[in-house]
Amino acid sequence: MSTSSVSKGCFVFKPGSKKRKRTVAIDEYFTDGSDDCGNGRERFNICQTLWEKIKMDTEVLQEELNTKILDSLLDFIKRCTSSFQSRTDDWTSHMRASEIPTAALVLGVNVPDHDVTFQSLSELLRKSVTPFAVSVQAKECAALKNLMQKVLERLMGVGVTLEDDEEDTGIHLPHKKVSCSVSALSQWYKSMMKTRAIKSPDKTGGSENGFSQSPPIIVIFKDFEAFNPRVLQDFILICNRYIQELPFIFIFGIATSPSTIQHMLPHSVSSLLCIELFQSLPCTQHLATVIDKLILTSQFPFKLSSKVLQVLVSIFLYHDFSVRNFVKGLQLALLEHFHSQPLSVLCCGKNEALLYAQKLSHQDVEMVRQLPSFMRYVENQEPQEQVHLLTSDEGVREVCQRFLKDLRKYHKNYYPVLKCLHSLTSSLPKYPLGKQIRELHIYCMEKNVWETNEYESAMQLLRLLAKDELVLSLRKCADILKPDKTKKMKSALQQLENYIAKFEQLDSMSIEDLCAEEVTSPGKDLQKKTDLFQLQKTLLEMKGTRRTKKISPFELLRNEALEFIDGLVRSYLTPPELQPLNEVCYYSSSGVLRRHLNATPRTSIQTALSHPFYYLQNESLKTDAGTVSNSAPDICIAYKLHLECGRLINLFDWLEAYATVTSAAEGKDPDSEDYGKVDELKHARFIQAVSELEFLGFVKSTKQKTDHVARLTWGGC
Amino acid sequence: MLAGLQCPGYPEAKLSSVSERLPCREGQAGTLLALMGEPEQYCFPSIFIYGHRATGKSHVILTLLKELEVPHAAVSCVECVSAGLLFEQVLLAMFGSESATLLPRSPSLSDFVRIYRQFCAQEPAQQTRYIVLERAELLRDMEANLLPGLLRLQELVDDNVTVILLSEIVWDKFRPNTGCFEPLLLHFPDYTKAELLQILSLDSNPSYSPELYSSYINILLGVFYSVCRDLRELRHLAALNFPKFCEPLEKGEAKESDTHKLWRNIEPHLKRAMQTVYLREVSSVQWEQQQMEEKEATALRGLSAHAHVELPYYSKFLLIAAYLASYNPARTDRRFFLKHHGKIKKTNFLKKHEKTSNHLLGPKPFPLDRLLAIFYSVVDSRVAPTASVFSQISSLVTLQLLTQVGHDDQLDSPKYKCAVSLDFISAISRTVSFDIVRYLYDFL
Repeated sequence: MSTSSVSKGCFVFKPGSKKRKRTVAIDEYFTDGSDDCGNGRERFNICQTLWEKIKMDTEVLQEELNTKILDSLLDFIKRCTSSFQSRTDDWTSHMRASEIPTAALVLGVNVPDHDVTFQSLSELLRKSVTPFAVSVQAKECAALKNLMQKVLERLMGVGVTLEDDEEDTGIHLPHKKVSCSVSALSQWYKSMMKTRAIKSPDKTGGSENGFSQSPPIIVIFKDFEAFNPRVLQDFILICNRYIQELPFIFIFGIATSPSTIQHMLPHSVSSLLCIELFQSLPCTQHLATVIDKLILTSQFPFKLSSKVLQVLVSIFLYHDFSVRNFVKGLQLALLEHFHSQPLSVLCCGKNEALLYAQKLSHQDVEMVRQLPSFMRYVENQEPQEQVHLLTSDEGVREVCQRFLKDLRKYHKNYYPVLKCLHSLTSSLPKYPLGKQIRELHIYCMEKNVWETNEYESAMQLLRLLAKDELVLSLRKCADILKPDKTKKMKSALQQLENYIAKFEQLDSMSIEDLCAEEVTSPGKDLQKKTDLFQLQKTLLEMKGTRRTKKISPFELLRNEALEFIDGLVRSYLTPPELQPLNEVCYYSSSGVLRRHLNATPRTSIQTALSHPFYYLQNESLKTDAGTVSNSAPDICIAYKLHLECGRLINLFDWLEAYATVTSAAEGKDPDSEDYGKVDELKHARFIQAVSELEFLGFVKSTKQKTDHVARLTWGGC
Repeated sequence: MLAGLQCPGYPEAKLSSVSERLPCREGQAGTLLALMGEPEQYCFPSIFIYGHRATGKSHVILTLLKELEVPHAAVSCVECVSAGLLFEQVLLAMFGSESATLLPRSPSLSDFVRIYRQFCAQEPAQQTRYIVLERAELLRDMEANLLPGLLRLQELVDDNVTVILLSEIVWDKFRPNTGCFEPLLLHFPDYTKAELLQILSLDSNPSYSPELYSSYINILLGVFYSVCRDLRELRHLAALNFPKFCEPLEKGEAKESDTHKLWRNIEPHLKRAMQTVYLREVSSVQWEQQQMEEKEATALRGLSAHAHVELPYYSKFLLIAAYLASYNPARTDRRFFLKHHGKIKKTNFLKKHEKTSNHLLGPKPFPLDRLLAIFYSVVDSRVAPTASVFSQISSLVTLQLLTQVGHDDQLDSPKYKCAVSLDFISAISRTVSFDIVRYLYDFL
């Protein structure tokens, strides 16, 4: 069994109970807890369909991205297979040492994503090359015999008995006892080939359902680095002994770099392999595609706010590089949004959303009125209209419908313009608006992008572009705008194309204008000046004249075109927060997401120990910052006291201090005889608290000094 | 060549065919035959043969046994993941399949001896039986009684049987603490250059003259003899590069007698092969393809050329911190990571043994908290101690960029070592614009 836990240790697995005690109908999950609004079921359904779609899309995307590498891998395997078959008795093949063909598949450090790749790889292999493709993981192959057992079991489809494990005596009895060795595999393979040949004697080439005559045996090592080198070496040695009978092909899934093969295998072993390298796409590129397809599109009504997107992207970049985890994060955001936001029922396709908007209940309408974006809208209306919106439900419903339509339009225009701006600025030096489109997207969502300095400098750099560069990037923009069908985008495209056409006309314009200017250029005078002072003077003059110089037609046109782009940005790249009713589509509680995805167990434990009120919510525990009430749980008191100590803690002093605090909690008279006296009960409670602290890893016993424990954390109160 | 092997009791014709098949190993074969004696005579209970890889140990012994039709069982210990498999294979070869099925689950040596005796009583040995165990060094890792038991198997089963152990390791490394029967030791020395030449020249290409091939082998050995004396590998390399050698002949640019021209053509090629295909930087298939397409060698990048590893941002810093912790003495942390560390000069700060470069001594283990303390001081932003930071340490261990040291006390203070090279870490720190050399004590 496996756990998803990060920590290492013992885990108890209770045998899974057959019946669930309480079964909640699946679509009632969202109504649970907030029964007052009756649209939980609808929300759940929308959420479900959206998630299905996202899942499908990511899978398709992954497959597309993997096609190239999988194809080349398949090619390699087919090549190897045919070379196995055509192994003739000619001189070279007789002389050459028999090597096992090996594909080193470098997949990058994002290990969680590899599963999908390997899955599609083995499916592909089973479909088109061989029925004998097995994959093994390091954690199931601690020793050579485990590895052998797993490989044989999966190939032959029967239980293979390891001679020395006694536990499964009863289970494998029905099967014939197969010893766990490659010679057994070789016999089995021969018999398989014989039956296969008998089955299809009439077919030419002996091919049955597309496989070649002797399909190779492919062993995929999913996580090469994690394997024990000894095990791997021995396995390769064994397989190499049988390479004449069994056409083995290995695939190593490598997370770091191909040189690990040389680190793990000595030359005597690696000389038995014929290694070819296959490198997959970097995961950052993968993420960019996923973001492009899932987030930068008006297709999905569900949106992430800038903060949330930042959380997800930073987890990706800073922590794991895993696209799968990114999509999981997206799923969590989706669930949270539909669970916590009752109005998310409006976050669906256009027609359904309008339909729901018509049927909004009174409660829903109240909720709409409380949305900040709606309130902002109301404030900007005429007083009469304000009253109407605040009193009439029908009015709100109508306005809502309009808003929903506006929101859709806004998105349809936003993304093309965003992509245009990105394609213009992404080639600028130093990337003032970010290298990746997601960075630009986050900028635009946060504030009015045209008010930022970065935008300013980007525009200035654009103004310095040469003509052919500018035309090239404008063309790219036009290409981006082409597939869009909204009216505004079409007219924008029209204008853009006009500009491009004008730029091209400049070429054919008479060159005399340009020449005329060049004559006046004083560059040639400069060489005559020998006096430094004179030179400075001339340069200053030149600066003055340049300022007043007549603008060339190209510059004029360039400024116009850039004005136009600027206009597009100003009208379409407004932050979504300004859109009324944006809360329906945008999920913005980044804190929740961060807490769930990037948990801080240590901080939670420390909070629990130093501020027990935070979790227990008991009034008597409420204290000022930095102090702990004396009625707090024993462990909290012990923890607080231990913070005041140095690296070594005298247990007796600790106990005394503890007894004093708890006596105060009991309300004893400070002057009485037994105040702060240690009785058996207190002693026992103290011992328990200390051992709990030891369990949590704050102290440990030490041999340096008797009656002392060592602190394992540093810093104090 | 010697006059041929001689041993009474075996037919002359077979002996001579054997000696033909064992070039340059007549001496060893003769010794072995002398040891074996006549077929029905008892042989020494156990013989231990050692020598480097590809010095003909298995070849000689197996050829002898097969050609002379002596009953024998040959088992490679690497295949035997358990002792049971070994027993099974021996019994199978000696007495047929019914004996092997009699073995109980996870058999012990005494089970094996019992069944052996049982069958041996049914069909007593007419000739000496031989059990050949290749890669015998692996027997040491199996049960403790196995190796001593096998060494005096003759006594235990009371049969005319001899165990022959083959290994690349000397017998001194085998001897168990408790002592055991000393086998007869036989050493197979490495082939000399002349012997290699003689053996390699034997398999000449049918379409060319043997003289040409032996001159080719001579050139090949001239390049490779200093790095590789493994016969198997040399044969492989000879086969891979022979087409290139023959190229001028095929094109008609040279004749077989133009040895100098042929040498000029092949020598740089072989030198390149030594750096690439011999080290398996480039696979043999790729090498051949490249020869055919006549591309430059630079077109193919070897395996170690792809050393760059893309890591998440914090993983990079964790690795940098681990590297610093591994190569800096712990006392110097104050100097590097505290703002007001005062003036600590290197000279009066050094202890005697620390004068040697830490990079020469290799990475030292460090506890987790030191790693984290350095990590928090080198990473430029505030990082919450989240679960994923900790899990990244585990992933770095799985990726073999860090190694975990020691196995006790795993829960409260695990210790690690950094397993990456200076080049690797410099490349990593360059991507996060961190000047690692400034933080390394060795380069102060």
